[in-house]
Amino acid sequence: MKAAVITFPGSNRETDMLDALERITGKKPLRVWHADSELPKVDLIVIPGGFSYGDYLRCGAMAAHSPIMREVKARAAAGTPILGVCNGFQILCEAGLLPGVLLVNETLKFHCFDVHLRVENSQTVFTSGYSTGQVIRVPVAHRDGNYFADPETLDRLEGEGRVAFRYVTADGVPTKEANKNGSARNIAGIFNETKTVLGLMPHPEDATDPIQGSTDGIGLFRGLAEALA
Amino acid sequence: MKAKVHVTLKSGVLDPQGKAIANALGHLGFTGIGEVRQGKYIELELAETDREKARQQVEQMCRQLLANTVIENYSIEI
Repeated sequence: MKAAVITFPGSNRETDMLDALERITGKKPLRVWHADSELPKVDLIVIPGGFSYGDYLRCGAMAAHSPIMREVKARAAAGTPILGVCNGFQILCEAGLLPGVLLVNETLKFHCFDVHLRVENSQTVFTSGYSTGQVIRVPVAHRDGNYFADPETLDRLEGEGRVAFRYVTADGVPTKEANKNGSARNIAGIFNETKTVLGLMPHPEDATDPIQGSTDGIGLFRGLAEALA
Repeated sequence: MKAKVHVTLKSGVLDPQGKAIANALGHLGFTGIGEVRQGKYIELELAETDREKARQQVEQMCRQLLANTVIENYSIEI
């Protein structure tokens, strides 16, 4: 699997992502700078976390309209899997590749701790390394992770199996307490219509080595590598 | 020509920053404050001299970038 990781001014989690991809898939991913006019042909495009353009106007709004995103949209339309983590999720929403938007956390605080996620649909290119209902532990690091969409959109996401992950307790229950940022229906990550675009706030790439405290994120990358081999 | 754009959160959207402002005002001793909503104000200097064309141009800017219409409303003053 050949992956490309796109960075913008203010991206800061690309190194973790590049490292996790290389360690788990055995292939060095390409680094693509947002101003590069060419995006080489790859099996997976990743938009990592950070604070692109200093979160000016709205999180992800500036990056979403940068020239490289035109190419990312074209690849998405052609079926190339796109993964957006944290700021990458915000960018995919602002770019219109995923519905809804990430608002400031209900607590108004920056959240930096481990969360438990329940895998809601394992029948996708991103989640085939897990089983539906499986609970994994991965870290979050964000101030704007409060997922919002209108009730019709939320119903559609749920009805079409497009909720990827939900914030839950360690034993898999989606409580208010487990949903500290206030996301609608405890949603931590969603797919597009074809389930080839995934955006999520938590950082699976930072749960891929025992030294990080959890290796539950490995399943996502291993699943991708197997599906896209 | 100058355009003034106000971007505000839609009524159904929670505004925790507005709530925090309301609390802080309460701590300062201000009373009788109902809901507080925070928004953005953007001023644009435009080369366009036709008011109607300028408005249409800013309308496009609002839809494409200045506001996220999933959560925000906008109003334009030329």
